[in-house]
Amino acid sequence: MELKREPLTDPSEFRARQLQSRDLLRGDLEGEALERYVEKSIMTTTLEKAVSWSQGNSIYPMTFGLACCAIEMMSIVGARVDIARFGWEAFRASPRQADLLILSGRVSVKMAPVIRRIYDQMLEPRWAISMGACCSSMGVFNNYALVPSDKFMPIDVHVPGCPPRPEALMHGILRLRDKIQGHSPDGWRERYDAVGTEEVLDGSGASRDDAAINLYPGGDTAGA
Amino acid sequence: MALETSDYRQREESITYSTESAGQGETHELLTLNIGPHHPATHGVLRLIATLEGEVVRDIKPIIGYVHTGIEKTAEDKAYWKVIPVIERMDYVSYYFNAMAFCGAVEDLLGIEVPERAQYLRVIHLELNRIVSHLIWLGTSALDLGAISMFWYCFREREKVLDLMEMSSGQRMHTRYFQVGGVFEDIPRGFARKLSGFLADMPTRADQYANLLEKNQIVLERLRGTCPLDEASLLALGVTGPLLRAAGNPWDLRKAAPYSSYDKFQFRIPVGTVGDNYDRYRVRHAEIYESVKIIEQALEGLPEGPFITPDRKVALPPRHELATSMEALIHHFKLVTEGFRVPPGESYYPIEGPRGELGCFVRADGSGKPARVHMRDPSFTNLQALAPMVRDSYIADLIATLAMLDPILGGIDR
Repeated sequence: MELKREPLTDPSEFRARQLQSRDLLRGDLEGEALERYVEKSIMTTTLEKAVSWSQGNSIYPMTFGLACCAIEMMSIVGARVDIARFGWEAFRASPRQADLLILSGRVSVKMAPVIRRIYDQMLEPRWAISMGACCSSMGVFNNYALVPSDKFMPIDVHVPGCPPRPEALMHGILRLRDKIQGHSPDGWRERYDAVGTEEVLDGSGASRDDAAINLYPGGDTAGA
Repeated sequence: MALETSDYRQREESITYSTESAGQGETHELLTLNIGPHHPATHGVLRLIATLEGEVVRDIKPIIGYVHTGIEKTAEDKAYWKVIPVIERMDYVSYYFNAMAFCGAVEDLLGIEVPERAQYLRVIHLELNRIVSHLIWLGTSALDLGAISMFWYCFREREKVLDLMEMSSGQRMHTRYFQVGGVFEDIPRGFARKLSGFLADMPTRADQYANLLEKNQIVLERLRGTCPLDEASLLALGVTGPLLRAAGNPWDLRKAAPYSSYDKFQFRIPVGTVGDNYDRYRVRHAEIYESVKIIEQALEGLPEGPFITPDRKVALPPRHELATSMEALIHHFKLVTEGFRVPPGESYYPIEGPRGELGCFVRADGSGKPARVHMRDPSFTNLQALAPMVRDSYIADLIATLAMLDPILGGIDR
């Protein structure tokens, strides 16, 4: 859902609109004039779109910091990149009151079940941002102690960086807002008009998903 | 063969979660309360098992390891100069200090002299980092006490320091500015002017923080006289840094065992007289002023000269030499592909971090990778003092004490 604002340059037109709305409220507007007015001034949408629009502008993130990225996550609340501009500034300490889990830092093997439990305690609809290299891909460490967050919970947006700048996290947050509001940009294939993504179906009339199943038993695949 | 339980697992299993009876009758039943690992007031992912009698804390057991990253083990697997970025991410609020301790230990083993300009540049960045660390501590601690606006003021100043760090190194955090043998690059043009602007500003800002907090009855009531611990107990527990100084012991490695030409600067060491939470706050707050003084002197007396050791076996040759000198190209290639070799030996290099003695132990076996890297992190040692501090005080004071203890879990768990 998108709100379109047009600048009103002509003062006489503004007055005309004022009179029209007065007539509408009085019940004097009838027939074609009424229809024209309704078409012009009243926005119709689906409930789903309206709800997602408001959801995207009033996220309650959770107060949850893991490591270095948590310091940069705190600074998005600060004065420079003020997250309150987007209505996301009300951090909640309880997972039951929060919509968004920002995983800010490295996730150790010991911490992973705790995070999963916190995520499970959050109420639907809920989202998660994986902030920084460590919790997306184990980062510079890449050793025995860490777990990438994708392994144990669904992540909506990955923000790269070590640690990401606050601006980068803001970008990720705005991407997530687009996603919540339902007009998310396409995947990379659509965006870059990528070629070579075709799938070859067997033509038996089976659905597209079935083509992904390997029907050949092991050792029987010609040329594999 | 029976599975042997490790010592750590045994101790972990010995923790009881059940209600412990203290033999004081039914009305004085003890309650075991779990705080963390996800709790907004634990400054990271610290977990505390508190034994409460009513509202009074009778015992507390910190459980750590929730951000164990295996940094020390990873450091053994990397060439010396590639260890720096890993070690920086340990205590993630004082990244310059981590790099300084490691570089200092390796420089000791190599026996190389750091140019004076590099030492001064290091001091400037170390003290800037100390200010940032104290600002983060002040902002988040005040938040724990309910003073939310302090957070914004502290983070406003933090952004200014981070701009300076970004100017000199290109990164806001984990700058990897310190190299073995010096610093990565000289400070850019305009850095000095921007820095002096900040230094002129900072004392006034710190005055404003004090005005905000110290004229607030709630803050005073929650800090004054709460959870003191005497000097002897702190020394017995190995506590260093502002916590020890708050108890009246002026132990500061910058004075006691000067490194990186700290002996050339005039500065004082703030000490407390009571040793309570209020003193812990006051000591750190006063340290901000002293850090500003040190940076002013270092900037004024910044000597001319190279910013990194001229030893080509350790430091990369300057870029322009690569086009003209074959030798420089070979050195560059050798350094980038396999790094430098360090003669066998051991070295411990302690420095005064924002939380106390931060030491790095490096054991070299003559190869291009360290055989062992161990950090003596002050947060880890200082956390031991939490239980004696908060015993027999209210649970609200526990939160205030933990805030004033300023543990960084990345440093504790490593």
